[in-house]
Amino acid sequence: MSIAERSSFKYTAVGRLMSDPLAVAAVTIIALLVLCAVFADAIAPYDYKALNVRERFAPPSFVHLLGTDNLGRDTFSRLLFGARIALFVGLTSVGLAALIGLMLGMVAGFGPRWLDNAILFLFDTLRAYPTIILALALGALLPPGLGTVILVVVLTTFSEYGRVARTQTQALSAQEFIDAERAMGASPARILFMHILPNVLGPFFILAAINLPVVITIEAGMSFLGVGVAPGTPSWGATLKDGFDYIRNTPWLIVSGGIPLVLVTLGFTFLGESLRDVLDPKLRKER
Amino acid sequence: MKAALDIRDLSVDYHTRAGRLHALRNVDLLVPDGEVVGLVGESGCGKSTLISAVLRLLAENAEVPGGEIVLDGTDLLSLSDAEMRLRRGRDVSVVFQDPMTGLNPVLTIGRQMIDIQHREALSRAARRERAVDMLARVRIPDPASRMDSYPHELSGGMRQRVAIAMALMMNPKLLIADEPTTALDATLEVQIIELLQELQGEIGCAILFISHHLGVIAELCQRVVVMYAGSAVEEGGVRDIFHAPAHPYTKALLDCDPGRIRERRQTLPSIPGSLPDLTAPPPGCIFADRCTKADAGCGATQPPRIDTAPGHWATCHFAEAMR
Amino acid sequence: MSGPLLKLEGLHVRFSAARGIRSLLAGREKQTFDAVAGVSLEIEPGECLAIVGESGSGKTTLARAINGLTPIAEGKAWISGEPLHDKPDWTAVRRQTAMMFQDPVGSLSPRMTVRNLILEPFRIHGIAIGEPERKARKLLAAAGLSQEFLDRYPHQLSGGQARRVGVARALALDPALLLADEPTAGLDVSVQGEILTLLNKLRGELGLAILIITHNLNIIRHVADRIGVMYLGRLIETGPVEEVFANPAHPYTRALLAANPEPDPDARLTRIALKGEVPSLLARPKGCEFHPRCPWAHEDCATRAPDLASVSGARRKARCLHPFPDFECRSEAAGGK
Repeated sequence: MSIAERSSFKYTAVGRLMSDPLAVAAVTIIALLVLCAVFADAIAPYDYKALNVRERFAPPSFVHLLGTDNLGRDTFSRLLFGARIALFVGLTSVGLAALIGLMLGMVAGFGPRWLDNAILFLFDTLRAYPTIILALALGALLPPGLGTVILVVVLTTFSEYGRVARTQTQALSAQEFIDAERAMGASPARILFMHILPNVLGPFFILAAINLPVVITIEAGMSFLGVGVAPGTPSWGATLKDGFDYIRNTPWLIVSGGIPLVLVTLGFTFLGESLRDVLDPKLRKER
Repeated sequence: MKAALDIRDLSVDYHTRAGRLHALRNVDLLVPDGEVVGLVGESGCGKSTLISAVLRLLAENAEVPGGEIVLDGTDLLSLSDAEMRLRRGRDVSVVFQDPMTGLNPVLTIGRQMIDIQHREALSRAARRERAVDMLARVRIPDPASRMDSYPHELSGGMRQRVAIAMALMMNPKLLIADEPTTALDATLEVQIIELLQELQGEIGCAILFISHHLGVIAELCQRVVVMYAGSAVEEGGVRDIFHAPAHPYTKALLDCDPGRIRERRQTLPSIPGSLPDLTAPPPGCIFADRCTKADAGCGATQPPRIDTAPGHWATCHFAEAMR
Repeated sequence: MSGPLLKLEGLHVRFSAARGIRSLLAGREKQTFDAVAGVSLEIEPGECLAIVGESGSGKTTLARAINGLTPIAEGKAWISGEPLHDKPDWTAVRRQTAMMFQDPVGSLSPRMTVRNLILEPFRIHGIAIGEPERKARKLLAAAGLSQEFLDRYPHQLSGGQARRVGVARALALDPALLLADEPTAGLDVSVQGEILTLLNKLRGELGLAILIITHNLNIIRHVADRIGVMYLGRLIETGPVEEVFANPAHPYTRALLAANPEPDPDARLTRIALKGEVPSLLARPKGCEFHPRCPWAHEDCATRAPDLASVSGARRKARCLHPFPDFECRSEAAGGK
């Protein structure tokens, strides 16, 4: 096969991504979610915190698309605003966890042996700690709120990014082009940031995309357990909890609270899979 | 002449994003019974596709638009998957460049050599005996104790011997040796070549020996097939090929080998240009744009297969004139 | 500049063997071995020396020690008079010694364009380039590639093209010495000639000294002036290429040359069968380290260790107690093997 560069749209990363139906589905779902979060004020038919005792436990209808909860709040509106919280928590905590993990992982993979061992010990310790226990402990210690949720998520997930970054860095360091850079006189910092970092980022985006729904689920789970967001916040987890509490009165509440979680999970997982196909140079070769 | 392997008019296409890639085009290749045939070609010539096609292990995006692969009288392309599975390892087996490709790192040599005989109606002891015997035949010192070794405990040369023993265990009709000496040092390469020569005499199986090392081909093979960009361009006895090449590509390739140039040279020959785009192969001769002999006719019409001597042919308009 | 460009005196490179948990528990001493065990050599400005040997002979490690990729354990080394054994400024050393690695594509940073790969040495050393675009084109042209390659990525290059990019990059800072590790490895026969011609041309035009590390004997005679044969981390024979090829003094050199298959079906080979395989560096044989495999070994070879001593003229040396003065009489002595 000719190895000449093909510059038409079909061969760019975005072009390849868009030729994959799975990726198109993923991007559509994620775009919808983002639109909902951004324009929640405009789309939502009701104020998400407006109480309406007369219409408690209203079933889905044209007035309330997904019904109302125990306080008569419009579920659809609450879910729209919930998207905002989910995305905020998801992006912030994945971003923070990825950044911390990336830094520590690259230092571990590139630095001296003792430092590698020390950082690995930290990773292993944190990984061994069950998320839910940590969440309950921190939730009990700290006031409920988004900050607590983000802290728990970052603490429990950054080691995963760190491990990926470390493995990638080690594998890359053993490659000949790194030796070639050293032989040219490149400083360790230059090698790390100019040559290792760009090659670690690909797998990182994949991991982050796959992890985002996990994080949103953790937030929902913590809110469900009551150690997440402050009461009254329209988080998806809180909506689910209400649905669970009043499952006999409003069986639809738990269903409609779950739908966005399912959609988000599917959307980001699909995106992660398609990104892997596009970004992984081994799979990309001359197919 | 009875043939162990007779490939006739074989074409293989790959479906790629850039379009249909014609990886093999009307390839003819004959491996007579009990002979060693060398397959020479540079990267991109289609060697790997050819091996995969013979083993029926082509990639998912491959398609075989035409041709026959006749192994010991049966067209492999007509077999069911289950029938083909029975033939792999028994009628045709492979030795790879990296012996670890064919060896399982977590099982002992002995276990693997016994397992490979699972279709034989033999007792365990008999299988073990056969395995030890085979290891002895590939000149592994102290074969009985080597049975308990793991592949990683052996040196590169020893591993390749074990890989050869595994491949010959079931007395295949055809052994495909895919660059088996490329990863080895010169002194070990010699040992493996001599071993293959001796074994071929003892066991009598046909060998398709793939290598880019002309020296090894010249020494080991009786016949040679030259491939370029998915086409077999010349086939003949080893002396015909090396002393009277009938295809300009073969001649250029031989001229390029630094090993054939005895006196010191500042400027060494090479073949300028690059491989054609196989998604849109040229209408005429595949080598025309790099050929020093080519004229307008070469670019327009595909050269026929021209016999220049008994058992020696080339696909070149000037094949007769080349000699 | 007077004196040799590169001078090595008794150079050692030491590695520690990986320890299993068993030996750790048993509290055994950490085992070390010398991958390069006392190599002395000199390269004059503009000269090309080829180091030949099989895997494990320490030839690549030797090149890596010269530009500090692996530390020198013992011995001395100088480049243009600057000592390398005494905490040198490696960044400065690496400016004058460019290194080319075995894998033509794999030694190029995969997410950089050819343009950036070629300009990388300037950026590393903080050297201002007036017109980067012109400089990149000029270097690429010197390596025989047209400017259309500037925007390509390594995976879009063939082996030969990638090798040329490697050469262009190596030339960027006008080095005095090029360390070329297997410059033709992974290249098709039809491309090998191109690269060798290019190296010859650059030597002639730029007065570049080259240290070629290779196991491919065929290419040596066309590029190198002198050859050094390594075995178990030591030089066992050195001399002018033509003379060593015509009449190797050390039995190992002889076996190595004889093991090189001739691309001619009618070639009559005088093979020399070496016994066994290369011994482990952790268990070097006593006496002459080659004697367990040597078809001509005498009794004293097992006990007396030879030095690299002059044989047949001052320009040639061999580490052998009984070197070949000439082939005829020795082959009879060995029973015509």
